Amino acid sequence: MKVSLPKSRVPYLLLFPGFAFLFTFFILPIINLAQTSTQTPVSGGDTGEYEQTFAFSNYVHAFLDNREQFARSFIFAALATIFALTIAYPLAYAIAFKSGKYKNVLLVLVVAPFFTSFLLRTVAWKQILGEEGFLVPTLRNLHLLGQQTTVTSTAFAVVAGMTYNFLPFMTLPLYASLERIDPRTIEAAGDLYANGITTFRKVTVPLSLPGVVAGTLLTFIPAAGDYVNAAILGSPNTKMIGNVIESRYFKIVDYPTAAALSFTLMAAILILVTLYIRKAGTEELV
Amino acid sequence: MGKGVSAGTRQLVSIEPIEARGDLRLTRITKSYGDFKAVDDLTLTIPKGSFFALLGPSGCGKTTTLRMVAGLEEPTVGSIHLGETDITTTRAYQRPINTVFQNYALFPHLTIFENIAFGLRRRGIKDVNEQVAKVLSLVELPHLADRKPTQLSGGQQQRIALARAIVNRPALLLLDEPLGALDLKLRRQMQIELKWIQREVGLTFVHVTHDQEEAMTMADTIAVMSEGKIEQMGSPADLYDNPQTTFVANFLGQSNLIKGRIDGGDGDNLVVDLFGQKIAMPKSRSHAIDNSLYAGIRPEKFRISRVGSPVRGNTLTGGRVEDVSYIGVSTQYVVAMPWGQELMIFEQNDDGVPPFDKDEEVVISWEPGFTFGLRGDEDIEAGTEVEPEEQAE
Repeated sequence: MKVSLPKSRVPYLLLFPGFAFLFTFFILPIINLAQTSTQTPVSGGDTGEYEQTFAFSNYVHAFLDNREQFARSFIFAALATIFALTIAYPLAYAIAFKSGKYKNVLLVLVVAPFFTSFLLRTVAWKQILGEEGFLVPTLRNLHLLGQQTTVTSTAFAVVAGMTYNFLPFMTLPLYASLERIDPRTIEAAGDLYANGITTFRKVTVPLSLPGVVAGTLLTFIPAAGDYVNAAILGSPNTKMIGNVIESRYFKIVDYPTAAALSFTLMAAILILVTLYIRKAGTEELV
Repeated sequence: MGKGVSAGTRQLVSIEPIEARGDLRLTRITKSYGDFKAVDDLTLTIPKGSFFALLGPSGCGKTTTLRMVAGLEEPTVGSIHLGETDITTTRAYQRPINTVFQNYALFPHLTIFENIAFGLRRRGIKDVNEQVAKVLSLVELPHLADRKPTQLSGGQQQRIALARAIVNRPALLLLDEPLGALDLKLRRQMQIELKWIQREVGLTFVHVTHDQEEAMTMADTIAVMSEGKIEQMGSPADLYDNPQTTFVANFLGQSNLIKGRIDGGDGDNLVVDLFGQKIAMPKSRSHAIDNSLYAGIRPEKFRISRVGSPVRGNTLTGGRVEDVSYIGVSTQYVVAMPWGQELMIFEQNDDGVPPFDKDEEVVISWEPGFTFGLRGDEDIEAGTEVEPEEQAE
């Protein structure tokens, strides 16, 4: 027997599971977080006992006390994004245009890191960059690294870890947009007196911009809020805002400050991303 | 749009004709991909200022040839000269040659203006604005300068692709199936326009197509290609009236090819025996190498008449009408001959005689001078298995 639904209801039915999920696991927690962010401790209460006082000053304090970590988060995220773009662009280009029959194998290899846990991979980086690893002694022997210099627990290690961890998020959208370029437009550029470099600058890069925008957003946004890389590969001097939020929540049990920091981070990312998309002019693309 | 404007009444826009920089000469060009020879020992001269068509079914090597001229492929063996300059290994961007690509390959991220200006800017030309404006009015689309290619119709994109190429005034303009994506009506119109623009700008056009009608409408000279080689080259009328191979006879229009033997001569004429019936044909129109040949007659050259009515020229008797299709301007008959072959006859409806009926006994006749003779050892089906209109690349 056929059950026929009025056509107008079908879209809502299709949307329902998604909405229900987002409502339960995103909207409600956000409202809860917003409420928490303006609470203050109950005087004479236990640790972790807060009451709603609409203390918007929480935001001011949270921001002023952690300016340094905020700045570091965005600088690290920006560096990781730039490095990931630098590595991923040639990689995606090679996979899209030069890999021939190995295209699918290479794509699987790009995604392969996802088969192991994020945490495990970051711990592995600690080993790679560690004193007993292969890299540091080799670099020291080649005198590319001072005998006393260490790599772990430095900003370099944190940024390197982030670059590595977010590389697939950069590579895949870049690949997708490069692969979509009609090779005949590249040939047409050559036909119209553009040499290889000019063709790349004037045709390939502009046509891959949607991928660049998507890739940089997919890298920058999670990187700005990341705390795992800084926790495992960094030191107290490389603390990012994610680490502060984490310790406020789970160690100091200062929920209002953690919530205020989370909101501030969200707002900052939102503003930066909006400016970026405006600048990149994605609506002009394709 | 200018869709209704015919080429003849259009105001002349001054893009000064450029001095074409000499003939294009391909000398013993071979292009191999592994064991497969896409182009096989091809030698060809394309005179400057001409409208030249490379015609053939898909896979005949015509596009590969074009790409080698453009510099997008390098020949395995052989050389390419433009005038006195050897350009065999010159990079595409250094050749004074521009291409109108099959699907136009306009730059989707640039405006129409910037698409057309692309080549000018690369060469550091000063008056870009002026040149682009001129060529935009030549293709009658000046109002579209600020649009993006995706906002244009197929016909408009086609004109912009043409404008983007000719604005550079190349020594050679290559057109790779440029009208393939357009509907029939628009294609007919663009054929006339292309021809007009070619005369207007005085460039050498090399046009690759699988559409024999398109090639015949536009080109001064057609080279028919098959399996990497040139089958025959000549003016459209030459190729149609006097094809030299069964491939050309079948690929260019329709032909009736009747197996026969040369049975002596008579002055300038050959006497040919077609299944026991003798016909005459000019010696000069026979390309047979021995006594065995195919006598070729185009369907519209045949006349069809009742048994007993007076006939002139060559005659074949014993025909029986197998099928009649009345199509207004003409009537198409299929006539079964005693030896089992079916001949195609197109009869103009200009004599007031009602069409023949199916199963009627008829005599067919034609002027001996229209007969062409092909080598009897060739494949009678060559060139027929391809239905050119449907083979888009």
